[in-house]
Amino acid sequence: MIGFLIQRILQALMVVIAMSVIVFLGVYAIGNPIDVMIDPASDQALRESLIQRYGFDRPLYEQYFIFMNNMLHGDLGESFIYRLPVLELILSRLPATLELALTAMMIATCLGIPLGLWAGYKPDSLSAKAIMGFSVLGFSVPTFWVGLLLIMAFAVELGWLPSGGRGPTTEVLGMQLSITSLEGWSYIILPAFNLALFKLGLLIRLTRAGTIEVMSSDFVRFARAQGLSEGKVVGLHVLKNISIPIVTVFGLELGSTLAFAVVTETVFNWPGMGKLIIDSITVLDRPVMVAYLILVVFLFVIINLVVDLIYGQLDPRIRVKAAS
Amino acid sequence: MSEAVLRVKDLRTQFKTRAGVLKAVDGVSFEVGRGRILGLVGESGSGKSVTGYSILGLIEPPGEIAGGEVLLNGQDLTRLKSEAMRKIRGAQIAMVFQDPMMTLNPVLKIGTQMIAAVRAHDRVSRKVARGRARDALAKVGIPSPEERLDSYPHQLSGGMRQRVAIAIALLHNPAVILADEPTTALDVSIQGQILAEVRRLADETGTAFVWVTHDLAVVSSLADDICVMYAGRVVETGPAADVIASPRHPYTAGLLASVPAEHEPGTRLPQVPGSTPSLANLPPGCAFAPRCAKAGPACTTTPPVQHFEDGRTALCNYPIEPVSCQPLSSTSTTYRSAS
Repeated sequence: MIGFLIQRILQALMVVIAMSVIVFLGVYAIGNPIDVMIDPASDQALRESLIQRYGFDRPLYEQYFIFMNNMLHGDLGESFIYRLPVLELILSRLPATLELALTAMMIATCLGIPLGLWAGYKPDSLSAKAIMGFSVLGFSVPTFWVGLLLIMAFAVELGWLPSGGRGPTTEVLGMQLSITSLEGWSYIILPAFNLALFKLGLLIRLTRAGTIEVMSSDFVRFARAQGLSEGKVVGLHVLKNISIPIVTVFGLELGSTLAFAVVTETVFNWPGMGKLIIDSITVLDRPVMVAYLILVVFLFVIINLVVDLIYGQLDPRIRVKAAS
Repeated sequence: MSEAVLRVKDLRTQFKTRAGVLKAVDGVSFEVGRGRILGLVGESGSGKSVTGYSILGLIEPPGEIAGGEVLLNGQDLTRLKSEAMRKIRGAQIAMVFQDPMMTLNPVLKIGTQMIAAVRAHDRVSRKVARGRARDALAKVGIPSPEERLDSYPHQLSGGMRQRVAIAIALLHNPAVILADEPTTALDVSIQGQILAEVRRLADETGTAFVWVTHDLAVVSSLADDICVMYAGRVVETGPAADVIASPRHPYTAGLLASVPAEHEPGTRLPQVPGSTPSLANLPPGCAFAPRCAKAGPACTTTPPVQHFEDGRTALCNYPIEPVSCQPLSSTSTTYRSAS
C-alpha cells in the first residue's frame, strides 16, 4: 500500500512539473503583458524599465526557473491588476467556488444515484423512461440557457429566490462560507442546481447502465435465492459493484466543476474563481492565469490520487494488482 | 420411500417470446424425501435449470409458471405472494448454482455475504450471525473458517468457493437444497470431495437434495433416485441404481451408452444421433421420436406415462424390456448410502 502511494505521488509530481512547463510556455506565447498594462502613450524608457522589472528581457528558460523557484517558496507572483499576491487572491475566491461545486455535486449524487438505481432496476417502467428522458435533457441543454430559465422562473416570475450573487458569509475554519445560513442557501440553490444538471444526467445514465448489468449477474440471482430482500440486493450487492465507475466520474466531475464553473458563475454573478480567471484572461493578468492553472493541475492530481485510493477500498482485486 | 418433503406436480413454465410460447418445463412431476438425493438429469436445454428456478420462484419475465404445484411440506409455493416466497427462499429451500466463480459477489467479503444471508431470515446481531456463518463453513469442511470469513472470493479456489456456496445454502438448515450443476466447473478430484460431503450432509442433517446435472457419472455415484428430462418433460424416473442398470426409456439408454467409462478403449463411442430440438418447434407427440431408434407410428401422439411394477415410470410407447442381470460395472466410487 505504501509502495503504491509513493509510486502514485511520484507520478503526480511528474504531471505537475510537465504541466508547469506547458502552462508557462502557453502563457508566454500569448504575448507581452506590458503592452496591455501600460498606457499606449507612455515612452520607450518606461516600457523598458517595466520589462526589466518583471524580468521579461531574460531568456525563456531563466524566466521559467525563476518562476519555479518562486513557486517552491510559495510565491506565485503578484497580480498586475489587483496588486495583490496571486495566491491570496485565488484563495480568497476559493471558498465561494468550493461551496458551489460541492453543493452541486451533492445534489447530483443524492438525486442521480437513487434515480439511476431505479431506472436500472425497473428499466421498462414508465417512471424509468421519464428519468432517462430527463437525463438526456440534463446533459444536452446548454448550461447558460438553463441558468437563464431558472432565473426567469424562480427569481423573476415567482420571486421566491434571489436572481444572483452570494449570500452573507460567516467564517468557518478560516474560510468565508455562505451555506451556514438559510439566506445563504436561498442564493446558492439555483446556481448549484444549474451546475448539477449535467452531472446529474451523467450519473443517472452511469448508475442505470451499471445496475442493469449487475442485476443480471449470477451473484444477484444467488443473493435472491438466499431470500435477501430486494432492498438488500440493491443496497448491498448492486451498489458496491457499480461504485467504481461512479467514483471515477465523480472525481473527474468534481475537478472540472471546481475549475470550470465559469459559465454558471457568470450567469448567476457568483464571486468564485471562475469569474476571476475570465477577468484575468481579458486583461492578460499573467500571474493569475499561471497560478490558477497550476492550482487546477494540483486539484486534478489530488482528486485522482484520492479516487485511486478509494478504488482499492471498493474492489479488493485492485489492491492485489497494485501490491504485486 | 419416506414422506416427500418436496413434491412437484405437473409443473409448467413457459417463456413468451416473439417466436411463440416456449414450454421450457412441460408437466414435470417428481418428489424427493427427507435426506434423499434426487438426480435431475438431462442435456443442455432440457429444462433442468428452469425447473430449479421455477421451484424457487425465481423465474423472471418473459417467463412465467403456467400451471402445476410445488408442494414444500404440503404448502404450494406457486401460490405464495413475493414476500412470503422470499421468507421461504433460503430458509426452507435453498439453491446452489453452477459456477462458483460467479455466484459470490467479488467485492464483498465472504463474511459480509454470509451475515447478510443469515440476517435475511433471522433477526440476530452481526456477532451471532458471524458465529453461525463460521459454523456453517466448518460443517462443509473448510479449514480455518474464522479467517475465511474475512477473505474475498478471489482469494479462494473454485472448490472452496463452491463449499462456501453450499455452506450459505445450509445456513438455515433448509428442508431442500436445489443444486444446479454445482460440480461441473470443478476438477474431478474436488468434485469427488464435494459429492462425498453432500452425501454426508444429506445423511446427517436430513436435508433433501435435488441435484441437477448432465453428468450421469455423478448421478450414478451420488443420487438415490433419478429423474431424466428431455425437452421440458420427465421421460424416466426410478431408483438410481435400477435406472442405470436397466434403463426403460430409449433416451436414458442412449445417454448411458455414451458415457466413455463404460466402453472398451479404442472402440467408437456410441452417441444419441441428432441434437436436442429447439423448444420453438418441437415435433408433435414424443419429442425424442426423431432421434429414437425404436420410434414407431404411435410416437406422433404424446406417449402415455408407463408405470412399471417396481415403481418406475417412463414416458414412452415402446419402453425397453428390463434386463435381468445387474451389470453395474461402475468403476467410480459410490457415495450412495447403504440403504
